[in-house]
Amino acid sequence: MTLSSKESAGARAAFFAGALRCAPVALGVLAYGLVFGALAQQAGLSLGETAAMNAIVYSGSAQFVALGLWTMPPPVMALAIATLLINFRFFLMAATMGRVLEGWSLPRALLAMFWVTDENWAITMAEGQRRHWGAFFLGTGAMLYPAWLASGVIGHTLGTVVADPKRWGFDFAFTAVFLTLAVGLARRRKTPLVWIASAAAAVLADRLLSDSSLGSSAPVLVGGLAGALVAALAPRAGDAR
Amino acid sequence: MRAEILLAFLAMAAVSYGIRVAGFLVGGRLEEHPRLRAALDQLPAAILIALVAPSLARGGPAEWLAAAAVAGLAWWVDLLLIPLAAGVVAVVLLRGVV
Repeated sequence: MTLSSKESAGARAAFFAGALRCAPVALGVLAYGLVFGALAQQAGLSLGETAAMNAIVYSGSAQFVALGLWTMPPPVMALAIATLLINFRFFLMAATMGRVLEGWSLPRALLAMFWVTDENWAITMAEGQRRHWGAFFLGTGAMLYPAWLASGVIGHTLGTVVADPKRWGFDFAFTAVFLTLAVGLARRRKTPLVWIASAAAAVLADRLLSDSSLGSSAPVLVGGLAGALVAALAPRAGDAR
Repeated sequence: MRAEILLAFLAMAAVSYGIRVAGFLVGGRLEEHPRLRAALDQLPAAILIALVAPSLARGGPAEWLAAAAVAGLAWWVDLLLIPLAAGVVAVVLLRGVV
């Protein structure tokens, strides 16, 4: 085997590892996609439009809020501003992607930014530095994107048959996923000051700002920045490694 | 598809994508400074905790107990599916009890 084919075999293995690692999360996304599809149908979107929205916008929380603002013709400016506020947390997540995509050309790296969502970003980060980390990340996205696409279409077709996600505990699924991944990171690197700062700031922001226009992004932004600030001020803060 | 709807979707997509591109480009710059690099190092853990903490603070005993089970399992088992499934089952059962 030549060196380059060995390289590409390694990248392929990392891609499939990422997809596999993301499979349980794709189930949770599937459940939410069903609900989204049903709501989109009620909001008056056609099947094709629902599928197009999932394919083009590809952002669960912003899409749910968009349905809440939906009128005909659509309020484009309001939708764009709402998307900006809701998705601003992606700014922080994308900022950490440099080391994942190390060695990639800029155009390829920028294309890959389309795949950055809460769930697969979290799985990629929790995986930690590895060979072909970028290919692993692409694999996680390749698992989530079709799940989101298909579930929206199915939900739209089934319509109101889709039950309340709370009844099945699906509302807790994402908390469980993020908690599991956080514990995985915490186990490897013990920085309690960062955790405390982040948790306290996030809860506070949730209490104070949840009704503001920043909505669901506010706790993530404030908590993430508070944790990062502690790390910047005291690079060894509680770092027991 | 109606044209004005496509326009709305494209606007949302452009904003959403633009945020990520801007974050990636800014993040690359931050790597060059030691303190900001340390901040970037810890940012993933901080974001993950910030994603979880508010939803737990809003929950009640059922969510807290289920979260404790998830965290305990996650510490010992290096497989996402097990804590995830246990957490969802636990929260459904506990909501019926507490």
